[in-house]
Amino acid sequence: MAVTRGFTGRPRRGGDDRLPPGQYDTGAGWPTLTAELTPQVDVDTWTMTVDGLVDTPTTWDWRGIHALPGSSYFGDIHCVTTWTKFDTTFTGVSVDTLLETTGVRPEATHVFATATTGYTTNLPLADITGGKAWLVWEFDGKPLTPEHGGPVRLLVPHLYFWKSAKWITRIELRDHDEQGFWERNGYHDRGDPWLEQRYQGDA
Amino acid sequence: MTSSPDEVLPEPVASSWTTATVREVEHLGDSFVKLRMEVADRHDHVPGQHYVVRLRAPDGYTAQRSYSIASDPADPLVEIMIECLPRGEVSGFLHDVVEVGDELEVRGPIGRWFVWGGTTPSLCVAGGSGVVPFVSMLRYARRTGTEPLLRIAASAQTRDRLPYADELEAYGAFIALTRENQPQADGSERVAAHIYPDELVPLSEGIERAYVCGSVGFVSFVGRILGEAGVRSDAVRVEQFGPTG
Repeated sequence: MAVTRGFTGRPRRGGDDRLPPGQYDTGAGWPTLTAELTPQVDVDTWTMTVDGLVDTPTTWDWRGIHALPGSSYFGDIHCVTTWTKFDTTFTGVSVDTLLETTGVRPEATHVFATATTGYTTNLPLADITGGKAWLVWEFDGKPLTPEHGGPVRLLVPHLYFWKSAKWITRIELRDHDEQGFWERNGYHDRGDPWLEQRYQGDA
Repeated sequence: MTSSPDEVLPEPVASSWTTATVREVEHLGDSFVKLRMEVADRHDHVPGQHYVVRLRAPDGYTAQRSYSIASDPADPLVEIMIECLPRGEVSGFLHDVVEVGDELEVRGPIGRWFVWGGTTPSLCVAGGSGVVPFVSMLRYARRTGTEPLLRIAASAQTRDRLPYADELEAYGAFIALTRENQPQADGSERVAAHIYPDELVPLSEGIERAYVCGSVGFVSFVGRILGEAGVRSDAVRVEQFGPTG
């Protein structure tokens, strides 16, 4: 497409290879975007279930999930609304740890994640295994706040952030892909920020 | 939050980038600019949907933002209303630089959640420029005679900060100003204040859905008072915006 007449854009450093195409650095800010009202999730009744094509469907409560070996993510996050936040720290548990408990059936290819609000998102299994995804309850050393998905959210930082379902409560392993909430509503099935997979129809 | 489609929406279109030619530019004070655009290969939208506008610099750098559509689907042009944010990279450009005849890269319409198809009795609650998607809804309601199904409440600091204030008032929308007193038709005055739950109660009667659009703080506030007014949280659809420029 043609250059937009008169547009130069904000000042930028050449060769900033940490910023995916079409994204900008939000700095200290952390905008929020949800489709529903922020729920107040009670950690005394919250549970996390991993089921579907696993050997041992398992449900953890707040205490049980904290008893698992912890894991942290240090790095960047990217939202489809075009902000990127550098150098975040999230702490929780690796999804790999949950799957070590449940086992994974060989026919599993995708997962369907569900939040307490009914929000859903779909992911290839390969995108949440191998050290690429977490369940997190701390951001920069403090409890994750409700507007950012607290008490617990999914974190899949190599994909656009709508895949990192807030208020996560269930991950179901499946042998097929089925679109989640934003995916049905026009957004991409995979959402790789480096390929700018924002909307349905993007390569 | 339910996933069942309860209205007839167009099938999702795998939208691709296209060219919009700016046909009208109208500045409303220092804060808002209205653009009316002719969109090539345009697909019909549903009220509530948005377009993405992408700007491209000579070195290939791009910046893109989403803007709700204000126009009726039957309008030959697509209208968006841009709030000019401090140091806004895209909004500042659209406000200060764009002229009639300019071409912009756009993509849309996008979104199948925050949409109103004209059949569900609904209440819309807007904060400031969050009113834009509801303007598309009210224009659609007027054209199709479905006004009884669509109520609108809008809040802003001052009347100048509420785009489309006259059109909203003519529609019968409830308007709350938080920093200006408002003379009422009966000679009384509404003292500057946020929306009270009691003000939403009559508007909420008989509705099956509420749409809330505004800043993060506004949406959180309205979510609480809608609950106090008796609206179930799973009947509330939300669109928030923050300072993304």
